[in-house]
Amino acid sequence: MKRIALLGMPNTGKSTLFNRMTGGAARVGNWPGITVELLSGKILLGSDMVELIDLPGIYDIHGFSEDEQVVRHFLHDNVPDLAVVVLNATQIERQLSLLLQLKQYNLNMVVLLNMADEAKKFGISIDTEKMSTALGIPIFLLSAKYGNGFQEALHAVTKALRYNTPGMAEQLRSQLEQDAHIESEMARVLQHAVQIPARLPDNLTTQLDHVMLHPWLGLPIFFGIMYLLFQGIFFFGQPLQSGVNELFGWLLEVAIAPLVSGLPDLLQGLLLEGIYNGVATVAAFIPIIVLFFLFMAIVEDTGYLSRAAFLMDALMARLGLDGRSFVMLLMGFGCNVPALMGTRVMRSRSLRLLSMLVIPFSLCSARLQVFVFITAALFAPESAALVLFSLYLFSFAAAIVTALIFKRHFPNSEPFVLELPPYRFPTLRQMLLRGWHEVYHFIHRASKFIIIGVVFVWILTHFPTSAAPASADTWAGQIGAWLHPIFEPIGVTPELTIALIFGFVAKEIVVGSLAVIYNLSGSALSGALAVQLDWVQAYSFMLFTLIYTPCLSTIATLRSESKNNGYMLLSLAWSLLLAWGVSFVFYQAARALGL
Amino acid sequence: MKTNPSSENLNSLAAGESATIVAIQTDDALRQRLLALGFRVGKRIDLIRKARFSGPLQVRIGTTDVMLRKTEALQVIVKKT
Repeated sequence: MKRIALLGMPNTGKSTLFNRMTGGAARVGNWPGITVELLSGKILLGSDMVELIDLPGIYDIHGFSEDEQVVRHFLHDNVPDLAVVVLNATQIERQLSLLLQLKQYNLNMVVLLNMADEAKKFGISIDTEKMSTALGIPIFLLSAKYGNGFQEALHAVTKALRYNTPGMAEQLRSQLEQDAHIESEMARVLQHAVQIPARLPDNLTTQLDHVMLHPWLGLPIFFGIMYLLFQGIFFFGQPLQSGVNELFGWLLEVAIAPLVSGLPDLLQGLLLEGIYNGVATVAAFIPIIVLFFLFMAIVEDTGYLSRAAFLMDALMARLGLDGRSFVMLLMGFGCNVPALMGTRVMRSRSLRLLSMLVIPFSLCSARLQVFVFITAALFAPESAALVLFSLYLFSFAAAIVTALIFKRHFPNSEPFVLELPPYRFPTLRQMLLRGWHEVYHFIHRASKFIIIGVVFVWILTHFPTSAAPASADTWAGQIGAWLHPIFEPIGVTPELTIALIFGFVAKEIVVGSLAVIYNLSGSALSGALAVQLDWVQAYSFMLFTLIYTPCLSTIATLRSESKNNGYMLLSLAWSLLLAWGVSFVFYQAARALGL
Repeated sequence: MKTNPSSENLNSLAAGESATIVAIQTDDALRQRLLALGFRVGKRIDLIRKARFSGPLQVRIGTTDVMLRKTEALQVIVKKT
């Protein structure tokens, strides 16, 4: 099968074009010579199926960034039959350098000048015929977002594929540092083919930036937008999530449970409470991931994310992070899983890893449920708000302390220079495709891990079979007893330890597990907790719950996003250690004060 | 860092001022990134705004708006126009 590689600088609409060409049907895959996965899709061009590969956006083929190395290695080890080079027509005067670099490799090429609509608005006129002659490469104007010029471009790509690729001579493949003449070549091509107005008209972006990046209003607007997004995810996400839960509960009752009713009890338990529950756990994340990335697509594709980076950079740089990490951290207060996935916009690996280490401390909506229940059970209504607020402060503090401690170990190697693209509004199609890709990615990468984890915890809390589920006699109970010397100094009882083991799977089930452990529910459970625990113990338990491992899905996402088990274990170990340390200091200090 | 009065750096510009790039005295990685973003000796560069609390700078070069940190801006030598 013939291979087409999509190449171009960041912010050229390359991915939009990729989605348009593949119709959204794409998969991630591994390629020889490189360690990162690339998105590719098979499409029918003319009468042949061809494979289209979306390479990461790069500024310079000889550059030092990770993405630039990936593209270099990809081209070296997988010479494509055709390179479709996407350039931003509004920035043609500088993006031409990448095209000229690529031209040196003697690749079979077609050039698409994207965002032709925007260039026209800027008053930039490009004579594609003259440019094509000057370069000896077919060149087409295109608007990938709206589809103008798309058919012509597709036709040209099909035609170009008929010629055999010249193949890359070994001396060309190994050649790396010969762009001395690129400057003069750029000038020659641009001189006749492109006209750019001397001063750009004062456009909408400049006016919007005037408000959005205003020295006084910028930050309040930023926090306002973040608040709206967070509320949006919370208010739309919660009902959707419980809707999915109800759907799975209903399916269980009417279809799944009758189906397995003939099987032995233990096998039924494993199938229903283990595997089916695991599948339901994965499914419950789907609406929230779609929702999150619908919002993210807006924040990112409008260009606001880089504005947020601009506003927050002064503070975040001191933590070894950047403004985009802060946006993800805030989004993590809705749900950690998509926030971790969202860090993919950061192209520097160490910056991403540090951000991903920090995000799990965001007090997500699932943890909030636990805290609301326990606060209501053990604290007076007038102090409840203060208790919850203090937990949010601990959440931020844990994130900041973690960033400060680990920033030396994840030094950012890439220059912090970001483009501030013009404000654009994504089309609904772009937003939906984004949501779908992320869900697919999550299911593909994390679901097995989550289901295995749920089954594992089910086994711990149901074996040996002689013991009552979740009781002290189960393996989980035995682990709780065995861990007692560790949990006693932080005021956590053996019953609560079992709940923490459940909480490892998902915080949503902590309250439910307490109901099973105490064999009580609702206000009876609240009453029992109030009798058994004092507020110092309860607060210590909440601190531990806040800081230790958010949930199995978060761990699965940390693993799939970092592709590094050692990193996942580091995050796990650090959060456990920090949780214990904070709870210990709080509990012992409170007791020492006679509380 | 040179303190020649005739050569200011990008960070010494005030918001709204324009300049011509005189030299890019950065390491190779940053230099290549800046070149790809359109920074060239002799090119006009506009400082659009600076973020508060010694945050990053927003500059415009050709049709591209770019943000860069103060430490990086100090290494781009310019001449006010």
